[in-house]
Amino acid sequence: MAENILYLTELLGLKVYDLKRRVLGRVRDAALVPVVHPVRIERILLSGGGGYTWVSVRYDQIESITLDGIYLSDEHLIPYHEDEYVLRLVRDLLDQQIIDAQGRKVVRVTDITFDIRREALRDVLHVLEVDIGVRSVFRRLVQGVLPRRIVRKLQHYIPVNSIRWELCNILEPDPQRRLRLNIDLTLLEEMHPADLADIVEELSPEDREAIFEAIDTEAAAEALSEMEPDIQAQIIESLETEKAADILEEMDPDEAADVLSELGKETSEEILEEMEGEPKAEVEELLEYDDDTAGGMMNTAFVAVHEDGTVADALEALRRQQELADTLNTIFLTDLDERLKAALPVARVFLSRPTRKLSELVQDDVIKVPVKEKANRIIELFDKYNLLTLPVVDEEGRMAGVVTADDIISVLRQH
Amino acid sequence: MQLLRRLKYHILIFFSVIGPGFITAMVDNDAGGIFTYSQAGAKYGYLPLWTLAPITLLLIVTQEMGSRMGAVTGKGLSDLIREEFGLRTTFLMMAVLVLANLTNVMANFAGIASALEMFHVSRFISVPIAAIGVWLLIVKGTYERVEKVFLFATALYVCYIFSGILVKPDWKEAAINSVKPVLMFDEGYLTMLIGMVGTSVAPWMQFYLQAAVVEKGITAKDYAESRIEVIVGCIAMSVIAFFIIVACAGAIHTVKPRDITDATDAAKGLAPFGQYAVLLFCAGLFNASIFAACIQPLSTAYTVCEGMGFESGVNKRFSEAPIFYWLFTLLIVIGAGVVLLPDFPLVKMILMSQVLNGALLPFVLIFMILLINKERLMKKWKNSTMFNVVGWLSVILMIGLTSALVLLSIRDIMSNH
Repeated sequence: MAENILYLTELLGLKVYDLKRRVLGRVRDAALVPVVHPVRIERILLSGGGGYTWVSVRYDQIESITLDGIYLSDEHLIPYHEDEYVLRLVRDLLDQQIIDAQGRKVVRVTDITFDIRREALRDVLHVLEVDIGVRSVFRRLVQGVLPRRIVRKLQHYIPVNSIRWELCNILEPDPQRRLRLNIDLTLLEEMHPADLADIVEELSPEDREAIFEAIDTEAAAEALSEMEPDIQAQIIESLETEKAADILEEMDPDEAADVLSELGKETSEEILEEMEGEPKAEVEELLEYDDDTAGGMMNTAFVAVHEDGTVADALEALRRQQELADTLNTIFLTDLDERLKAALPVARVFLSRPTRKLSELVQDDVIKVPVKEKANRIIELFDKYNLLTLPVVDEEGRMAGVVTADDIISVLRQH
Repeated sequence: MQLLRRLKYHILIFFSVIGPGFITAMVDNDAGGIFTYSQAGAKYGYLPLWTLAPITLLLIVTQEMGSRMGAVTGKGLSDLIREEFGLRTTFLMMAVLVLANLTNVMANFAGIASALEMFHVSRFISVPIAAIGVWLLIVKGTYERVEKVFLFATALYVCYIFSGILVKPDWKEAAINSVKPVLMFDEGYLTMLIGMVGTSVAPWMQFYLQAAVVEKGITAKDYAESRIEVIVGCIAMSVIAFFIIVACAGAIHTVKPRDITDATDAAKGLAPFGQYAVLLFCAGLFNASIFAACIQPLSTAYTVCEGMGFESGVNKRFSEAPIFYWLFTLLIVIGAGVVLLPDFPLVKMILMSQVLNGALLPFVLIFMILLINKERLMKKWKNSTMFNVVGWLSVILMIGLTSALVLLSIRDIMSNH
């Protein structure tokens, strides 16, 4: 290993020498100020003599950093006092959980690796990576028992397991502090919602709340739909009513309704009150149905066209429903009273001339279920007819919603 | 109407949080526990029954703190120890925990072997099958499913109740002794009392309970129900212990007081009272042993990996969480393997587990009280002064009694070589 590497746990306890090579104290913590520099150690905190007061050394007051000690170039040190902008590595990171954005998992920080750089006649520490593996565990266990150089030699036999600093996301349960630390949340927002959901499920409720308060509503809604119902309910309950309502508005109405039905009556009413527009109406409608019936499983977002329409009309209807494009596979034909008449695979519509009448493309009888149909029966239908989408109709035969294959998978997984 | 609806709501919540506290308290009656209670009844009859009330109280106090911490912080005990007290403390604790639990696992596989030998099943068949079964259940099952199996297993403890009833003990005598403390300054009697308390609160339980509360997603809000669950679980555990003692008191002590050497010895003692009493007693022992043999290795692997920051979880693949799976597998393989070795000093190992459990428990309890008093972690749910007094007193009492147990066990290990 290169000599310009230093570990946080080696830094701790290092003696700090003044200009006359007298010991000033020992290192107790190192701090980053993310708003000033994302990776440079800005301050080193010392405790001197046997006293309890700490002093703080600015990075530009250090001349050199070695395994034998830290030598200063300036002795004008100031007493340390709490500072909200500061991220203290020992207090805030060592032994705590952080998110490895690339590995998409939650890890525990066992050590932190620095790079010692020579910059304008002084040594500066830059945070390189966070150590999480067996090697860092070994290092910490034997440190102080064996001489540092021997520890370094021995650890070579154990593979490294670490994460680049840029790919870590630091959680700060106290929301005010997190914002001031200006920690970059884009890595989390860019993750696949299912991965983010996995991560969030591994965290404590406080940390979950911190993430959901911070990331944007859309990412939050997507991640939330991937979670287990009880955790969904927990998270929504922990958030401000307004934020919770915003997130639920972004979710598919059937999923939002499921979440609300998991909550206590009062809480769910409060949140529903706060919701707005179309999502609210749809969710309210869905809440009327039992969980294990077609009504409870269905989604109210679907594309329906009048049965006398043409392929061009259908394509126009699809264009207006761009949000559905990812999962949509069926177009429904209805009469003037919105009664379901037929179903058409989207592909068949696409492959036909724009002027053709939709009713001419219909091949099979439409398979549909009433809103009160039981979940078991619906699963049977999906299996028997290899369905991707199943329309649900109300007492008058009007389109109420659709059950899709992913709803079926969720139901099956819970059984 | 309003009241009725509220009641219904609370009952619903109670059943949705039932699991962790109940299971943990019941696993407390593992092979070692059953042996201790059987011995108490066989040797001293109904006399030791009064200890069950204070034992229940101690159990409630410690379990309540663990489940409260789990519900409020959403973190396991080993997580919190790591975060608040650092890696080295955690590592030492985990090392002792693994050793102690390994001996616990051995004791439970021994329990499986001897219970099934009463049904004429050779241990060379029963133990490997049980080990593989346990491994598969945990590795292939989901938490919800495994918990259902566990809850079913707790129901099987009813065996002991029936077994106790079949023996037709002297209920009046049992009732009187349940509330009338009798202290005798007889060395054997004191040793037995200490043993009874010592087996009731084990270090691994505290880790398991808190982790299970977290896993179940119980939050501070549903905590009131969780607390009731813990209390109900602890009482249920004592009821079972009561029937074990009563069965052995009625069947063995009243006939001819004597020392029994293991739990099946106790079962044999029930023979004059009918085949069913024996069968039920053995079925109970088998159930308890296999139940504990499932939970202990699993909980150990989880605890260690969480504390040390290694990947864990039965929903991960072997390659994703190698340390977790290796640890879990090794605990089962070694725990089951030694039971098959001829001349393995099993009794000595079980005494060893008392020593290790006893050595670890004070630290676990002290860390728990320190953690539960941290405002930053527990907010308004930290211990009240009253609870702290009770908590510390329990801790001191447990420490005193377990240190005594440790010394006695060491003495036995020395003298039995």
